[in-house]
Amino acid sequence: MIADDSLIAARNLSLHFGSIPALVDVSVDLWPGEVLAVVGESGSGKTTLLNVLSGRMRPDEGVVWYRDPAGSLADVHTMPAPALRALHRSDWGFVQQDPRAALRMAVTAGGNVGERLMAQGARHYGNIRAEAIDWLRQVEIDENRVDDLPRNFSGGMLQRLQIARTLVTHPRLVFMDEPTGGLDVSVQARLLDLIRSLVARLNLAAVLVTHDLSVARLLAHRIVVMQRGVAVETGLTDQVLDDPQHPYTQLLVSSVLQA
Amino acid sequence: MNEILQGYNFAYLDEQTKRMLRRALLKAVAIPGHQIPFGSREMPLPYGWGTGGIQVTAAVLGPNDVLKVIDQGADDTTNAVSIRRFFAKTAGVATTTDTATATIIQTRHRIPEFPLSENQILVYQVPQPEPLSKLEPSRGETRRMHALAEYGSMHVRLYEDITRFGHVAISYDYPVMVGGRYLMAPSPIPAFDNPKLHMMPALQLFGAGREKRIYAIPPYTNVRSLDFDDHPFCAGRAPHPCGLCGSETSYLDEVVVDNKGGRLFVCSDTDYCETRRAAGHVGADA
Amino acid sequence: MLETQALSKRFVLHLRDGISIPVLDAVNFSVASGECVALVGPSGAGKTTLLRNLYGNYRADSGRILVRHDGAMIDIASAAPRQIVAVRAGTLGYVSQFLRVVPRVPALDIVAEAARGMTQDHARETARHLLLRLNIPARLHALPPATFSGGEQQRINLARGFIGRHPILLLDEPTASLDAANAEIVITMIAEAKAAGVAIVGIFHDANVRDRVADRVFQVLPLQDAA
Repeated sequence: MIADDSLIAARNLSLHFGSIPALVDVSVDLWPGEVLAVVGESGSGKTTLLNVLSGRMRPDEGVVWYRDPAGSLADVHTMPAPALRALHRSDWGFVQQDPRAALRMAVTAGGNVGERLMAQGARHYGNIRAEAIDWLRQVEIDENRVDDLPRNFSGGMLQRLQIARTLVTHPRLVFMDEPTGGLDVSVQARLLDLIRSLVARLNLAAVLVTHDLSVARLLAHRIVVMQRGVAVETGLTDQVLDDPQHPYTQLLVSSVLQA
Repeated sequence: MNEILQGYNFAYLDEQTKRMLRRALLKAVAIPGHQIPFGSREMPLPYGWGTGGIQVTAAVLGPNDVLKVIDQGADDTTNAVSIRRFFAKTAGVATTTDTATATIIQTRHRIPEFPLSENQILVYQVPQPEPLSKLEPSRGETRRMHALAEYGSMHVRLYEDITRFGHVAISYDYPVMVGGRYLMAPSPIPAFDNPKLHMMPALQLFGAGREKRIYAIPPYTNVRSLDFDDHPFCAGRAPHPCGLCGSETSYLDEVVVDNKGGRLFVCSDTDYCETRRAAGHVGADA
Repeated sequence: MLETQALSKRFVLHLRDGISIPVLDAVNFSVASGECVALVGPSGAGKTTLLRNLYGNYRADSGRILVRHDGAMIDIASAAPRQIVAVRAGTLGYVSQFLRVVPRVPALDIVAEAARGMTQDHARETARHLLLRLNIPARLHALPPATFSGGEQQRINLARGFIGRHPILLLDEPTASLDAANAEIVITMIAEAKAAGVAIVGIFHDANVRDRVADRVFQVLPLQDAA
């Protein structure tokens, strides 16, 4: 049963790495403009779920449906490779935990942001550069840095640059893998605020993998709690966090230090 | 005029090898700009001296062909002389330095100044056939990028040049799109020569011996140098006339003539320069 | 506007050997448009639990929680998360006891973002008025409220709750950390909302405040048996 207006509908996903279950019969829905957090401890299958949903990893069983802008459903894992790559270049975005792995460190900030535009066929230098500057401003990077190499950027700036690079093609759906991981707390707060306002303003749908429940609370509408590959609990973010039903979720929530 | 060496097959390579090469060449002509792998043979010259070009030439050469070989435009450099002599000895074909009478021209790093005709074949020696190699080290990934025509990252390189220098600073091996489909490395010819690739009446064949790749541009094929709408491709040339023949349109070499800093700009295409001088054109330094 | 039918709620503590604590048992409660109902009962009886159930923050174990949203009755107890998000956006406002926001966001933005159906400029202007009315001086508007006093944070929370003009408003101890003067302002604001037809459910610790705003009280009694 797939809702008429869902953006992503994943059904009965299973994946094993040898004898280790990474996903066990997981079903997930995502609607336009909705942020879904996937939480759980390391090794619970969060990132695997993200990779399977985004078509980067093929499940043993199950199917991931994606509804394109024209409204028709496509199976992410059986669509032709060019179609999937085209999705990743335009309609989808991927924000990795380590921006150094996603960015071209020997290419200027402007070139990094402009790359996806050029991949889509933009061939006007002035326009590409103007758009890159606009996006740097939107992620709160001084436009004077447009010609600087990212190797001179701080960790928080790098992550914001990665976000600008991802959003420049106006994707409808962004996959984020621990986007605030590895950053100082003060930098994290700024980034969270930025992601939250961008998601709301651009009406982005997002799948957000995080082990940090407070990140999930601030950004996500809904939450999926993963344990050993099983989606043990899913629901409204504040409902799951304030009134957890499953023993594992109760453990997870009670383990968080209250600041 | 030449004595043919006994004991060698015509044009050095055995017929099976030439057959394999011709198959690769046919495929290359059928898919303009697409790199075709081939079984590159050991040749009696080192990699980097034209092992790819010499195998392609051997595969297309016939007894009635007239061969010209140039290196950086010159007919009289060691590499050009050696290869010309090699085919004179192993195939007994006529050789020439005259661009117009040659039927096959093997070249390193230049396209002759005189326009070529439909009856001619231009064979390029190619050190690095993969235009994406500087951006993407993985062969598997570059093949995927070619298959899906994902060439956006190539423009990133141009973007960076314009950002840093105000213009695209690629002066040779300037990447081109062939037939609107494949990104191609034109071998290290100066960007000045790029416009000649476009709609050339002659067949253009490219051989990379060490990298074991062959590719081609059939006659009258659309070849476009990468650029931006607001930074169109422009072919650069030293702002001097040729010191010997006075040409203001040919590609020039800068030659240091003494040890007091004296220098001379002359045509890199020696045949072009000599033909012009024979016709009475005289430069300032002649 | 809002009605519960046989609403029951218990907490199962899996980390305490699965001990089960019933809090609400077959609660039937309702509030009408323009009415203010105060939840009363001893501490720990389940007033906050009921309020949070009404908001969908806690999950009901059985029974129904019907909310009039966009002309139809929606059961919060069984609605899909997306529906609850829509009901909260359009119908149900909630003022919690404590402010929970993204660090670094200025107070004015926190309030303005909660506004509905306004242009951004209009929302900021309305937020500014609301904050001034609640005695948050203009110099604080551009600061993130993390370092504000408890009373200031609560007033920001109130401004955020009232700016949305939801048809139903749930208030959890709205005057708990406020001095008499500020509590007075809140009482006036509640009265204005009622006059505008807003249905209000609240927990008011202060009997004086409760008597002045509530049209009636609803008793929440502690359950004796712990299974």
